[in-house]
Amino acid sequence: MVPVDYYILLSAVLFTLGALGVLIRRNPLIIFMSIELMLNAGNLAFVAFANMYKSFSGQIFVFFVIAVAAAEVAVGLALIVEIFKTRKNINIDEMNSLKG
Amino acid sequence: MHLNETISSGFFFLAPWLVFAPVTGLLINLIFGRQFSEKVIGTVASLASGAAFVVSVLLAYSVSINHGEMVSVPLAEWIHIGTLQLDWTFRVDSLSTTMMLVVSGVGTLIHIYAIGYMHEDVRFKNDEGRFNRFFIFLNLFIAAMMILVSGDSFMMLFVGWEGVGLCSFLLIGFWYEMDTLGRSSWANSNAAKKAFIVNRVGDFGFLIAGFLMFWYLGSFQFDAVFAAAPAVAESAPWVIVAITLFMLVGVAGKSAQIPLYIWLPDAMAGPTPVSALIHAATMVTAGVYLVARSAPLYTLVPQAQYIVAMVGAGTALFAATIAVGQYDIKKVLAYSTISQLGYMIAAVGMGAYVAGMFHLIAHAFFKALLFLSAGSVILGLERGHHAHAHHVSHVDHGKKKKEGKKKEEERGHNEEHGEAFDPGDMRNMGGMRKTMPLTFWLYLIGALALAGIFPLVGFWSKDEILLDASLHYTSVYWQLTIAAFFTAFYMGRQIWMVFFGEPRHAAAAHAQESPKVITVPLMILAGLSVLGGALNLPFEGFHNLGHWLGYTLGEVESLPLDLKVASISTALALLAILISWLIYGRNTLRAGQPDPLKRPLGFIFTGMENKWFVDEGYFAVIVNPFKKISQFLADVIDGRFWHDFVHDTVILGTYNWLSEIALDRYADQKGIDAFANWLGDATQSISATMRKVQNGFVRSYALAVMLGVVLILGYLIFK
Amino acid sequence: MTSELIVFLVLSLVAVSSALGMLFSRNAVYSALFLVLNFVTVAVFYLLLGAPFIAMSQITVYAGAIMVLFLFVIMLLGAESLAPAKTLPWQRPLAILLAVILAVESIYLVFARARSDAFVAAPDVAVNSMDNLREMAMILFNQFLLPFEVTSVLLLVAMVGAIVLTKQVKGEQR
Repeated sequence: MVPVDYYILLSAVLFTLGALGVLIRRNPLIIFMSIELMLNAGNLAFVAFANMYKSFSGQIFVFFVIAVAAAEVAVGLALIVEIFKTRKNINIDEMNSLKG
Repeated sequence: MHLNETISSGFFFLAPWLVFAPVTGLLINLIFGRQFSEKVIGTVASLASGAAFVVSVLLAYSVSINHGEMVSVPLAEWIHIGTLQLDWTFRVDSLSTTMMLVVSGVGTLIHIYAIGYMHEDVRFKNDEGRFNRFFIFLNLFIAAMMILVSGDSFMMLFVGWEGVGLCSFLLIGFWYEMDTLGRSSWANSNAAKKAFIVNRVGDFGFLIAGFLMFWYLGSFQFDAVFAAAPAVAESAPWVIVAITLFMLVGVAGKSAQIPLYIWLPDAMAGPTPVSALIHAATMVTAGVYLVARSAPLYTLVPQAQYIVAMVGAGTALFAATIAVGQYDIKKVLAYSTISQLGYMIAAVGMGAYVAGMFHLIAHAFFKALLFLSAGSVILGLERGHHAHAHHVSHVDHGKKKKEGKKKEEERGHNEEHGEAFDPGDMRNMGGMRKTMPLTFWLYLIGALALAGIFPLVGFWSKDEILLDASLHYTSVYWQLTIAAFFTAFYMGRQIWMVFFGEPRHAAAAHAQESPKVITVPLMILAGLSVLGGALNLPFEGFHNLGHWLGYTLGEVESLPLDLKVASISTALALLAILISWLIYGRNTLRAGQPDPLKRPLGFIFTGMENKWFVDEGYFAVIVNPFKKISQFLADVIDGRFWHDFVHDTVILGTYNWLSEIALDRYADQKGIDAFANWLGDATQSISATMRKVQNGFVRSYALAVMLGVVLILGYLIFK
Repeated sequence: MTSELIVFLVLSLVAVSSALGMLFSRNAVYSALFLVLNFVTVAVFYLLLGAPFIAMSQITVYAGAIMVLFLFVIMLLGAESLAPAKTLPWQRPLAILLAVILAVESIYLVFARARSDAFVAAPDVAVNSMDNLREMAMILFNQFLLPFEVTSVLLLVAMVGAIVLTKQVKGEQR
């Protein structure tokens, strides 16, 4: 018997790792992957709670999150491709033309 | 209501139409007048006035079948405040119906006359658009006059009183931007203002009388006042004396008595139908009506009656002497009107109300006739002047000055004003019985009626007054008798000067007779002037008017003919006419010749000619000091003290000092400005610092978000 | 130590290490592959939690479609690795510090504040039957119909957007 808390804990750890990835990597593709990891951590927490409360709502929400993530990835990757086409580089630190 | 029933019980329900009919006429002309032709406008106005006359006749019939019972016809509530209960109620009795008949009857004739007169007047003065306005004013006047005579309270009477005053003002100033000769000037509007302001003095007296009445007698309603008066007269007679004398001030203003008569001669600036209707036949008799209406009050205080009679008699004599020295055809009639009003006031003052009212009616007939005929003469001269298209050669002013004062006086005021032709100046007339024969005969009838020649209406009415005077106050009798002599004299002088001799001006030679629309009303008035005496003949069984007014005024004395009084006045009148023939008729005036009376009478005639310098006296005693005080107040008190010192120096200076030193230098520059500048500087420096945060590295921003998440979670933990 | 707990611990170890692997791989292709491993592990967790439909969606959509797309883009752009960082030298230590603090906070919150006595029930036969799926479908197409439809519109918009962004305009010079 595994306590639900363990799942929540795992979700928190995975989320923190995702956030860390966003902060320390300069490759926008990896940043994207980190964001997907954070989304997954959130999904895991949802499903754990759905199990805990014996409700389908959490699962349904995860379903929507997956759909939104798919859309987000499609647009995001298209953007990255387009940026690469114009700048021949995707280092995120060089995209600072909006600095103050 | 069935007709038979109506005829048997009376037409009293029609009373409001006395006012509504002329108001309807004026509204129609006011709204549609621009689309109407002159004929339609005149017809509408005349029909409105005629409707009021028909209503008056029906009301008079109703009173007579009701055996003179007074009937009040309530129309609406008016003022209900505390104990003051005033309703808009029409009072129909024999006295008020008499006035209604005179006002609407003469008024209708003058409306018809005015169609013809104004048709030409607006063309001579080059403003045909004013035709409509004239008839609107005339109908408004009829409505106001009807309110005056039909009101059931002193306040309702006062509304009409002010209404006719307004109409008088509007109509005197009808050609407000010119003088009587049509030149650009403020003379006419000054005359209108004079009439209005002098009347205001009288109205002030009327108002004081009204306040006293309400304070001591507790009401404005006629019957209530008269019922309360005897008790007050017992306990405090001075109250009634004060009320009646203050009322006399109002009467003197409206009916042009000494000392407030001075506006009436100037009022001749209005078109001639106005002079006839308002300033001779109807409005100016409102004072006589007021005294007759207040008869129960005056009867209580003989002292006041005596003062009223003396004022009337003095005015009658005084104005008659001035009329002798006038050259303007309408001015002569104006002073004659004042004089005749003096007769009426004297009569009602003596308690001879029937005689006063009789003379009022008679005067309305023959003075309207005279004024309208004078208007016909003036129009005839205008026509002649325009037909001849010849102007008197201009006399050089500088040359005339050198010729001296005497010559200038001889020339008179006509040439003094240069080339303007004055169609009202009798010195421009002469011999007009040939060019305007019909007008001459009509004028002659009016003049003889005014002079009191048997058997015209003036004889009977004036004789009744003289007879009453001889029985009451001898001094009044003699003043009136002498005035009668002067009356006959100045009328004779006028007839000789206007209609006999040779024309003294080309216009008189080319004068043309007036059209029918003008002469027919004159013929009706002439007929009334001849036959009007039948109203109240001094024979047993013929005191019709006395009997009729007796319904309202109580038992009145009906005196038989006194041959002594009648013969004295008639003899004096004939003598006066004879003298006037000797002076003016036998050797007629030639152009430029001074008045033949000037030499024998000397300074007396100068006084008559200049109205005994009363206007100048008023100017010296009242108007000029008033202007000086006003000037002083405006210039020194208001201008230099209030404006220059208090406003400019004290208030404005203090304000400037305060705003400059205290507010601008300290509060504004060091306070508000400093704060606003500091705010701008601070914003700039802060943003200069803050922009470094925007370093363009998206990872830094993410780090900041992360920091925020950590801090918020930390807050939640340590909360 | 029940068998379930052992399975859980082993799987969590795999999940955390694959996440760390994704984070610290020099090569983006390895990162992507580590992430696929992570997603699969999470899918197993979903199965353990009694959500077979979500688990299958995770495998097909995430591990399948999305990650293939990632790999495709990485290889298309040749962006397997970048030059060493010269910018923002303090970013990495600061980020690690914040991440550690966040993790500590989360663990503290879960154990100190939100502690529950609930246990994950072992998935029984009923969970894996069609009834379970039917019930979920009933909820999805009744109670959540409008969000579902809105999601479909969202996907359409994303598709159109992606096409517009990458479309080569005719005659445009690269």
